Amino acid sequence: MAVEMLSYIERESPVHRLSGVTKLVIFMMWSTAAMLTYDTRVLLFLFAASIAIFIVSKVKLRDIAFVLIFILIFLLLNNIAIYIFSPQEGVNIYGTSHVLFDIAGRYNVTIEQLFYQFNITLKYFVVIPAALLFIVTTHPSEFAASLNRMGVNYKIAYSVSLALRYIPDIQRDFRMIAQSQQARGIDLSRNEKLVKRVKNAAAIIMPLIFSSLERIETISNAMELRGFGKKKKRTWYSTKAFRHADYLTLFIGLAILVVSLYITFHDGDRFYNPFC
Amino acid sequence: MEKNSLSIKTIVAIGIGAAVFVILGRFASIPTGIPNTTIETSYAFLALMATIFGPIAGGLIGLIGHALKDAVFYGAIWWSWVIVSAFVGLFIGLFAKRLNVESGIAGSRQIVTFNIVQAAVQAVGWFLLAPILDVAIYAEPANKVYLQGIVAGLSNIVTVGVIGTILYVYYAKTRSQSDSLAKE
Amino acid sequence: MKKPIIQFNQFTFKYRSQVEPTLKNINLSVYEGEKILIVGPSGSGKSTLAHCINGLVPFSYKGELEGSLRIKEQETKELDIFTVSKVVGTVLQDPDGQFIGLSVGEDIAFALENDGVLQPDMTKQVMDVSRLVDMESKLDASLHELSGGQKQKVSLAGVMVDHVDILLFDEPLANLDPATGKHAISLIDQIKKETNTTVLIIEHRLEDVLHGTVDRVIVMDEGQIVSDSTPDDLLASPVLESAHIREPLYIKAMKYAGCKVTPAMQPAHLNTLQIDSWRKHLVQWFEAVKQPEDDTKKDAVVLELDQISFRYEKGKNTIDQLSFLVSKGEMISIVGKNGAGKSTLSKLICGFEKVHCGTIRLHGKDITGDSIRQRAERIGMVMQNPNHMISKHMIYDEVALGLVKRGFKQEEIKSRVDTTLRICGLYPYRNWPISALSFGQKKRVTIASVLALNPDILILDEPTAGQDLRHYTEIMDFLLELNRQGVTILLITHDMHLMLEYTPRAIVIADGKIIADKSAVEVLTDQTVIQSANLKETSLFGLAKRIGIEQPAQFVTRFITHDREVRKTWQ
Ligand SMILES: Nc1ncnc2c1ncn2[C@@H]1O[C@H](COP(=O)(O)OP(=O)(O)OP(=O)(O)O)[C@@H](O)[C@H]1O
Ligand SMILES: Nc1ncnc2c1ncn2[C@@H]1O[C@H](COP(=O)(O)OP(=O)(O)OP(=O)(O)O)[C@@H](O)[C@H]1O
Ligand SMILES: [Mg+2]
Ligand SMILES: [Mg+2]
Repeated sequence: MAVEMLSYIERESPVHRLSGVTKLVIFMMWSTAAMLTYDTRVLLFLFAASIAIFIVSKVKLRDIAFVLIFILIFLLLNNIAIYIFSPQEGVNIYGTSHVLFDIAGRYNVTIEQLFYQFNITLKYFVVIPAALLFIVTTHPSEFAASLNRMGVNYKIAYSVSLALRYIPDIQRDFRMIAQSQQARGIDLSRNEKLVKRVKNAAAIIMPLIFSSLERIETISNAMELRGFGKKKKRTWYSTKAFRHADYLTLFIGLAILVVSLYITFHDGDRFYNPFC
Repeated sequence: MEKNSLSIKTIVAIGIGAAVFVILGRFASIPTGIPNTTIETSYAFLALMATIFGPIAGGLIGLIGHALKDAVFYGAIWWSWVIVSAFVGLFIGLFAKRLNVESGIAGSRQIVTFNIVQAAVQAVGWFLLAPILDVAIYAEPANKVYLQGIVAGLSNIVTVGVIGTILYVYYAKTRSQSDSLAKE
Repeated sequence: MKKPIIQFNQFTFKYRSQVEPTLKNINLSVYEGEKILIVGPSGSGKSTLAHCINGLVPFSYKGELEGSLRIKEQETKELDIFTVSKVVGTVLQDPDGQFIGLSVGEDIAFALENDGVLQPDMTKQVMDVSRLVDMESKLDASLHELSGGQKQKVSLAGVMVDHVDILLFDEPLANLDPATGKHAISLIDQIKKETNTTVLIIEHRLEDVLHGTVDRVIVMDEGQIVSDSTPDDLLASPVLESAHIREPLYIKAMKYAGCKVTPAMQPAHLNTLQIDSWRKHLVQWFEAVKQPEDDTKKDAVVLELDQISFRYEKGKNTIDQLSFLVSKGEMISIVGKNGAGKSTLSKLICGFEKVHCGTIRLHGKDITGDSIRQRAERIGMVMQNPNHMISKHMIYDEVALGLVKRGFKQEEIKSRVDTTLRICGLYPYRNWPISALSFGQKKRVTIASVLALNPDILILDEPTAGQDLRHYTEIMDFLLELNRQGVTILLITHDMHLMLEYTPRAIVIADGKIIADKSAVEVLTDQTVIQSANLKETSLFGLAKRIGIEQPAQFVTRFITHDREVRKTWQ
């Protein structure tokens, strides 16, 4: 049951050295650009750029292989679903229909549909490396500090930090509770009936939830005793100072965002249409 | 000072709540047997937290919890549904706060109100908001996302209706009344 | 003239949900620079007293206050918790709740961050403090990489960094191995000397705290202060015995031998104790007590671990090719330093974790592939952290849960639950919610819930941590009774005297391997084992050496026989 999750990977690289604020801003601009545009040229450019940054960051493919496989399977299924639900979506968008071959009824394969689905997939390929990189190159404690620096209220920023701090603990608790319930005779195997399965799940989530509620009490006491929240501002032990590279990166990032939005919207359509 | 800003307890509730949301979402979703439909126990928890700690905590637990879950386990954040989680937490918190679960009373009136609130909020969230955002952000086909939204919405409404109600009643019971404990 | 820094005056406190006040008419003054130890039975209100001092009562725990409590001449009711927190630094009783930062450095810096100290300053202060507690090489480590003792050091550093006037420790030793516990006490002593802070320690392990210097000991019972005196005076008086608090073992031995302990003998430390006039007395007593006959007969093997290995993450094995045999009806201690792999071993036996290689046999049958539930039919386990086991709201339901799942009849369940609740001293509370219990009481609930199931083999992970002597005796005597009826018992413990007293055989684990498997007494006379497993001789050995007895081990065994006879009369 040891499920892997993404976490900070310590390496010596230019990407790691950037301040968390920079990476967060770039990540957000990057996602905005990728979310808004359907312009294939922009997407291809962003994709190439994210591959380049990935190589610079010295993160190895095998470090993140387990999520990549998961994402690829998800994309495959999502593509199949899109086709099943809407085989003519591409034709509607681009306004032409170049049929490659027919299957049955409205299910045929058109270049437009393929191109539309290619674009959707490409969008994921643009966002995913950026998100992955952000997660594995930013130390979680710096993350909260960055949120605060970007104007998020420090208390809310700290709650993100608490969440990151306690995910492993709660995962461990979850396992222990599951185990001790099994020892008392609660079966968790998959071949039980649905009602039984729900009941059994309740036997585990109830203690987890209620011990977490108690934990909220203890932690807020501990934080209170050490003076959390007494001032309007607080400083952070693990922030990185801004350096030249940060300003430069932000500038380049902003330029890319502006240019890609301009290219996307200057003709009044989010989609790049090669068919007319 | 405490008046116009969040209390420490709320901050901690958001942090721990988000962590629990992540773990429940990843490990405690029960497959129903219907493809692509799981019972998401995490929404029952979200509804409880929103009821106890109010709209801001509810909204932020949904937002932070869902975004972190997507990020650390799947490497990509599905923003449209993250926003819906935040919406659900926020509005359940907004309406259910007046139930005053801290008083320790969980009669049929409270339970009915709790369920009307959660069903109405989730219906808006999953049947309307989620598909609209999916189309707007990801330009996915409308009929696909509406069907997904309806399936997810129904199963979440039922989940919160059953498990959420149990949590609600149980929590109310743990609020022991004043002057009630004596050795026997 | 010494200035009082804490002053309780006719102070009474009642939790909102309670009928009776938890603290009654407390009068207590603590002076600047003093070091005070607070002892008392579990549930006597020690933690509550601490919460009053650090401001959690009444700011976080609501209830009714009467009388006055002044800290640094100011009435606490009129302050707010932040002002109090500038004066009082607290290390809480709950072991996991107080580590807030993601890394060691961040956690130590927490109070400074909240004060808005700038980063360069902060880095320097954190470095200074961490050097004081010897953690400077671990500043980047995260919580999961730390042993119990290291966590304790981080908590300490985290409150010290704020330069508080009063340091408050709620059971700092509960989960530490003996050597680390000793180290922690000297660390507190050292810090007190260097900074002249006022220190209050709440602890069940009186003898271990007295290892350092203590100015006064406060004894609490049922919410009241029943004694307030110097350690020397206290040890010479009968107060500890009547409050059922464990006296230092060497004192107990002297009292059994009929020696009259007086304050003038300086009984607070074994090495300052003036013993010469009583030496003959002790030797005579030693010769008079009969040696217990050796009744360790070997029965059939019930449990067999054969070359098992396990690891949590890639890299080092947490349990490394470990083998041992357990015969029916044995009672065994498993000891070793923090992080040696004791709890992991118990989880492997119960199937909570699966061994990577090796076999586990129960009654000769291979159970390596069995599920947790199948194994639970025969093996009962009480986990180290009570919060991991509790799933019901009410005490009665929690203890009944396993019986209900096994389909017992209603009356049978009721009678079994009531019996075990009585044994664990919880019967008066049976209709309470678990959330209103003290830490030690919660631990007893989990012990009760497993005892109720009558398993063949019982594994208890630190059952007596945080328990007072009376409950300790009740629980252990009940285990002994079960053991006589044929139940095999494995105990994980840091309590050396418990090991000597109850378990003929001890298994010592270091780095996932067995480094000794022999009688408890032999273990504690083997200096290399003591060194490498962070164990500690009990003070009885020291006493025996001081009075010139050739075989200190025999002195210990005879003491135990005698002691058990005496405590039997309690029931
Ligand atoms: N939050 C609470 N609400 C109601 N009652 C409480 C609360 N905390 C403690 N009590 C009650 O107060 C009494 C004293 O508890 P306290 O935690 O002070 O004991 P303690 O002396 O520290 O015990 P231990 O040695 O087991 O830690 C207990 O009987 C408990 O039931
Ligand atoms: N769930 C886990 N995941 C990863 N590592 C773990 C886990 N549980 C324990 N460990 C590590 O395994 C080692 C052995 O831990 P274990 O809890 O068995 O020690 P222990 O002997 O019981 O110590 P203590 O006396 O402090 O309770 C430690 O280094 C610990 O950090
Ligand atoms: Mg206590
Ligand atoms: Mg352990």
